[in-house]
Amino acid sequence: MPTKIETIVLHDSSTPILGDVQKGGNVVITSLETLLSQARANSLWPLTFGLACCAIEMMSTVASRFDLARFGSEAFRATPRQADVMIIAGRLSKKMAPVLRQIYDQMPEPKWVISMGACASSGGVYNNYAIIQGADQVVPVDVYVPGCPPSPDALIYGILKLQEKVKRHTARNLGDLRLTEVHAPRHLEEVEA
Amino acid sequence: MGIARDVIKPVLAGFGITARRLKHKKVTVNYPEELREQYPRTRWRHYLTRYESGLEKCIGCSLCAGACPARCINVVAAENTDEERFSPGERYATRYEINMIRCIFCGYCQEACPTGAIVLRKNFELADYKREDFVYTKEMLLEKYPGESDEPYVGVYQKRERELLGK
Repeated sequence: MPTKIETIVLHDSSTPILGDVQKGGNVVITSLETLLSQARANSLWPLTFGLACCAIEMMSTVASRFDLARFGSEAFRATPRQADVMIIAGRLSKKMAPVLRQIYDQMPEPKWVISMGACASSGGVYNNYAIIQGADQVVPVDVYVPGCPPSPDALIYGILKLQEKVKRHTARNLGDLRLTEVHAPRHLEEVEA
Repeated sequence: MGIARDVIKPVLAGFGITARRLKHKKVTVNYPEELREQYPRTRWRHYLTRYESGLEKCIGCSLCAGACPARCINVVAAENTDEERFSPGERYATRYEINMIRCIFCGYCQEACPTGAIVLRKNFELADYKREDFVYTKEMLLEKYPGESDEPYVGVYQKRERELLGK
């Protein structure tokens, strides 16, 4: 029974349990990883990707009353090459889906997706042939923000949730710490929180 | 054509606008630390309310599900018995589910409800990671004690801060 022996060794009283840190299991790059995930979480540059009325709320999130710059996300980029997070703001039609997927593929790793509003997350009231019933059929979504449309503070809460997720991210090897783009696409299974 | 007219004067005029803005009140809401004041009829998270006696107001009539334009409410009703009584009427809801990701927070369910059971309150912090977590069950929607839904909303970060400070 090799599995049982492993569990005994792992839960030995002399082995300290470090919570989430132990799961990533890399001693050499642990501090660098913390530093990198902090840096990534506090400078999430969104992609300008407004599809419908949710984009109006997304714009007012950046404006002076709610001021997304307080969280380091004020720089909305018009090119996917410079963006970290894609905020899908609005209903995603079947015609737009390939475009969205291509723009997502053009974003450099590491990248995240926020599905903003009822329509992007599930189709909302548009339960018909023209609208994709949930953007996660096209791209892997990290955070869903409900609302029709979500108010700016609800979107900020979604971004804070994403920041928490980014900070919890643990690298498994040196490849996870890469700063350059890789060509292998990210799969849907990898997006578990 | 002069450096005073073309450069210094417009620059001073520009800084003048900045200087005048300095005495204005700051408009930014420090959101996670403090919540902005919501309008009285703001519609966000749903609650299933109770009577003062602790009985549920919901009678399982499914009128909310019929009025919902997004078809995101699922109600399964059952009969009350004298041994197991949940609501004052004949029937109660055994299952009451709202798909929060599909809901558009229009408040039609609140308008359609004959007993005023379902209400929409000001909790807007609903974002989450997995779409399975967005199907709110009856246990999540039902208030723990009568009048819980009428209390002023405390944000997630305020709650966390209170827990840390031990208040």
